[in-house]
Amino acid sequence: MISPPRIQTQVLIIGGGVTGTALARDLALRGVDCVLVEKDDINAGASGRNHGLLHSGARYVAGDREAAMECCAEGEILKRVAAQAIHDSGGYFVAVEGDDERYIADFPLYCARAGIGTRAVDVATARALEPALSDRAIAVFEVADASIDPFQLSLESMAQARSLGARLMRRTRVVGLEREGRLIRAVRVRSMAGGEDVRIEAAQVVNAAGAWAREVALLAGAPIDMTYSQGTLLVTHTRLASRVVNRLRRPGNGDILMPGGTVSLVGTTSTRVDALDDIHPTTADADLIVEEATRMLPALATMRFIRAFAGVRPLLGSPGAADSRSVSRGFALIDHEDHGLDNLATITGGKLTTCRLMAERAADLVCRRLGVTRPCVTATTPLPAVPECEWTEPGRSAREWMRSHASDDTLLCECEMVPGSTVDAIFDALRAAGDTPTLTDLGLRSRVGKGPCQGGFCAVRTVAHLYQRGDFHTQHGLAEILDFFGERWRGQRAILWGEQLAQAELMEALHCGLFGEELRGEGLRRAGPPAAPNADPADKSSP
Amino acid sequence: MTGERRNSFDVAVIGAGMAGMAAALFAAQRGLSCIQVGSGGGVLFASGLLDLLAVHPAAEGRQWQSPFAALAALAREQPDHPLARVDPASIRTAFETFVTALGEAGLAYAPLDERNRKVLTSIGTLKTTFGVPLSMVAGANALDALDAPNTPNTPPRCLLVDFRGLREFSARQIATTLADRWPGLCHGRIEFPGFEDVPELYAAHLARALETGETRDRTIALIRPMLGDAQLVGLPTVLGLGRCREVHAAFEAGLGVPVFEIPTMPTSVPGLRLLGALETVMSARGVRRRRLASVRALAFDANTGTATLDLDGVPGGERVSARAVVLATGRFSGRGLTADRGGVRESILGLPVHQPASREAWHQRDFLDPSGHAINRAGLRTDDAWRPLDMSGKPAWPRLFAVGSILADQDWMRSKCGSGLAIATAWAAMQQLADQLHGNTG
Repeated sequence: MISPPRIQTQVLIIGGGVTGTALARDLALRGVDCVLVEKDDINAGASGRNHGLLHSGARYVAGDREAAMECCAEGEILKRVAAQAIHDSGGYFVAVEGDDERYIADFPLYCARAGIGTRAVDVATARALEPALSDRAIAVFEVADASIDPFQLSLESMAQARSLGARLMRRTRVVGLEREGRLIRAVRVRSMAGGEDVRIEAAQVVNAAGAWAREVALLAGAPIDMTYSQGTLLVTHTRLASRVVNRLRRPGNGDILMPGGTVSLVGTTSTRVDALDDIHPTTADADLIVEEATRMLPALATMRFIRAFAGVRPLLGSPGAADSRSVSRGFALIDHEDHGLDNLATITGGKLTTCRLMAERAADLVCRRLGVTRPCVTATTPLPAVPECEWTEPGRSAREWMRSHASDDTLLCECEMVPGSTVDAIFDALRAAGDTPTLTDLGLRSRVGKGPCQGGFCAVRTVAHLYQRGDFHTQHGLAEILDFFGERWRGQRAILWGEQLAQAELMEALHCGLFGEELRGEGLRRAGPPAAPNADPADKSSP
Repeated sequence: MTGERRNSFDVAVIGAGMAGMAAALFAAQRGLSCIQVGSGGGVLFASGLLDLLAVHPAAEGRQWQSPFAALAALAREQPDHPLARVDPASIRTAFETFVTALGEAGLAYAPLDERNRKVLTSIGTLKTTFGVPLSMVAGANALDALDAPNTPNTPPRCLLVDFRGLREFSARQIATTLADRWPGLCHGRIEFPGFEDVPELYAAHLARALETGETRDRTIALIRPMLGDAQLVGLPTVLGLGRCREVHAAFEAGLGVPVFEIPTMPTSVPGLRLLGALETVMSARGVRRRRLASVRALAFDANTGTATLDLDGVPGGERVSARAVVLATGRFSGRGLTADRGGVRESILGLPVHQPASREAWHQRDFLDPSGHAINRAGLRTDDAWRPLDMSGKPAWPRLFAVGSILADQDWMRSKCGSGLAIATAWAAMQQLADQLHGNTG
C-alpha cells in the first residue's frame, strides 16, 4: 500500500485568523518550523468580520478590568510595531440624555483604576470636531481608540512567517486527528482543490480555529464547552465621523461607530447562535443597530447603508468547564493535559486587539513543550510592511494609480478606484506562492467590491480583465462573478431599503435581466478550476 | 404649434422609461394630446433588445422558443400577471407599432418573428429575447445553429473584436466561455484609432467617432488582417449612434462579411440610440416632453373631471391639467416606488402597494435563488381597466392608469419580459383610457 503524502513540522497551527497568523509569525521569529492550515482563507472568519477596533480598553473598564488593561497595553504595542495597519484616529465615549448618569460619573474613575487615559471634552467642542454627534449628547470623554486593518495585519504577519520558512495551506480542512496515547501523531488534512489527503506529523498542534475551535478539539476527543455569539455590523455609504465613537454606557447593541476610509462601520449586536454554518445579518439586526446608534448619531436615521456583515464570537462556557489555566477572562489558552493530551493546545476567545498577546502565550506553551528557549520578540520587532498585503487600505490603490498613471492601467473598481495593476499584483503574488487565485481571494486582499455597487459592476470588469490576461480557460470566470457577487449579496439583503435598494435592483436588472446568470447557475458551477495563464490559439490579434 | 405653451392635455404620462415612452407614443397615435414628464434616463439602461417573455415559470428557469406559447402558459398558470391580462393579438400589434415608430426614427429592428431569438451578451452568456436591432441580428442568425443540436449545422466561423481600454468587454472572455459550444469562435483586440493615448474608453465616444468616415475606415483596416476565414464579425455596441444603420452597413461592406453588435454593460450605446429615436418619435408626434421636471403634486377634481399636475424643475414651476393620467414611474431605481425600513410606498400619490408583510421577506438569502425576490413582485394592483386601486379596493380615480414595471405580480428581471410588460400594458391601458375619454366626450 502506498502511504499518503506526508508533511513533517514542529508545529501545526489550525486556523488562519488574526491569532493563527500572529502565532505563525511568533514561532517563525523564534526559529520554530510551522505549518498553518486554513479551511478557507486568511481572516475568513470573525478575524475579518469585526469593527477593526483597536480598543483603548475603556469599553471594558467597568465589567472586566483585566481585559481592559490587556487591551490598553496591547493597543500601545501594536501602534508601535504595526503602525502601517493602524489609523490612530482617537476615540470618543459619548453619553446622551437618558443614559445612566451614575455610570457617566464613575467612568473616569474606572479608567484611572485600569490605568487607561481619558480626558473629559466639552460637549460643544466635541460636536464642533464631530458634527455628526447628537445635540442630546451630555458627556464626552476622549480615549486612545484607533482603527486597525485586520487583513493587512494578518496578511503581513503571514508574509513574514513565510519568509522565515513557515508554510501556509489555504482552503485546506482538517479531517482527522490520529491519536496515540497522550499524543496526536498526525493530523489529516484535505485540500478543497481535491487530491489526496495529506498527513501532517507535528510535534505540537495548536488549535486557533476561532469559532470552529470546538469542532477541531472534538476531533482529538477533547471537549471544549463553547457558545457562539453572532455580532452584526453595518457599513454606511459615507463616513460619518473621523474618530471612533463609543456610547458611554455598559457595552450594548449599536454603540460603536468606526472610521473605515471613506465609510463608517456601526455595530454591533450580540445574538446567541447554535450553529456556524448559517451566519448572516438579519433585517432585525440592522433595525436594532440603526435604532440604537441613531441616539448617538442622528444622521444614521436617514443614512444609506451599503452592506451588513456578521461574525461569530467564540465564548467559552462556564469558567469551571474550561481549563483552569485560563489566562484572563478575555481569552483562554487550554493545554488539554486534563484531556490526556500533551501536544495539543487551544487558543480561543479574546479580541482583535489582544491577538498578539494570545499568540505569544500560545507560543510560550508550545516552546516550553518543545524545549525551545528563545523568548517572544513580537512586542518589540516591527512587522515588516509588504506591498502586496496592503491593498485593503482605503485609497491606497487610488494613490498608486494616480502616481504612476500608465496609459493601459484602467480602473476596474470605480467605487474604490482599484486599477488593473492592483489586480495583477495580487493575482501574480498568489500565483508566485504556488496558489490558485480567485475573485473572492482578490476581494479579501483589496478594496474591489467594497463600494456602493458591492461588486455588481466591478466583478464584471475584473473578470473581463482576468480573461484577457488568460487567467480563465473555461466558463469558470463567470462562476467567479456569481461567487463573488453572491457573497456580497448576502451582506446586502439586511440593509436594502432607500437608495441601496434601487442600486440592488439595477444590479439584478444587469445580472439577471440582461446576462441571465441565474439561468446558468448550475452549469457554471460545474466548470473546472482556473488554471495558469497560457498562450491562446484563438487569439487573432497581431503581435 | 410646437412653440405654443399649452397647459391642458388629454393625457399626462408621468415617467419616461420604456413604459412611459410607449404610453406617450400610443396616446399620440390615437390622436390624443399628451404631455410627458421625466428625463428618459431609465431608457439609457436598456440593452436595445426588446424582451417579450422568455422565461416561465421563472422559478423553473424554463426558456421558451415562442414568446406567444409562453404567454399562453402564463395566462393559464399566472392569470394575475399583468402580461397575462393583455390579449396576445394586442401585444403583437403593440410591438409592431412600437418597432415601426423606432424604425421611422432611424433605429431599425429585424422584422418581428413568431419566435424568440438568442443573442450573445458581453459576458458570454446567451440571452433569449424577441425584438432584435438590425445591427445585432447577424449574431442571432448564427446562434440559430447552436439552438438546433440535432441538425448537422455548425455555427459559422466568427471573429470577435474588442478595443483596448473598453473595460467591460473582453472578446477573449466571450470566445473562451463559449469555446465548447462554438468551436469556430476567435477573438482579437485592436487599438481604437485616435484613442491610442486614452486609458479608459467609453462605448458612446467610440460610437460617435465611428460616425466619421476616416475613423471608420481605419478601424475596418485594423480588423481586416485578423479576419482569416471568419464568416462573421462580432463587435461591442459601438457602431454609431443616430447613424447606426450607415455605420453598420459600412462595416459589412468593408469587411465583406456580416457584422453584429454585442450589447455591453449599461449605460450603453443601445440605450442612447433608443432614447434618441424615442425623442424623435415623441417630437414628430407632438408629445410635449418635460425632461427636467418632476411631479410635485397631483390632484384630481371630481367636478371638472381633470387632474392637475404641479411640476418642479421647470423655471418658475408649471401647472398643467389633463383629462387622464398614466403612472409609468417604474420601480425603485425609477423612483416610482420608495422603500424605507418599514415598507414600500408609491412615491407620488401614496397609493397602496401590494407587498410582503415584512422586510425580512423582501429578499432571498441567495441572490440567484430561482424563486426570485418577493420585493420584485410588489407593486400596484389595478382593476381590469389598469386603474390602480385605493385602500378601499376601488380605482383611485376614474382616469388614473398604471403601466409598466410599477405593476404588482410580475418579476420582469427573472421572466425576461421588461419591454413586453412596458409595451403591452401601455397599449392595453391606452385602449381603456381612449375608450373612457371617448365615452365621456362622445
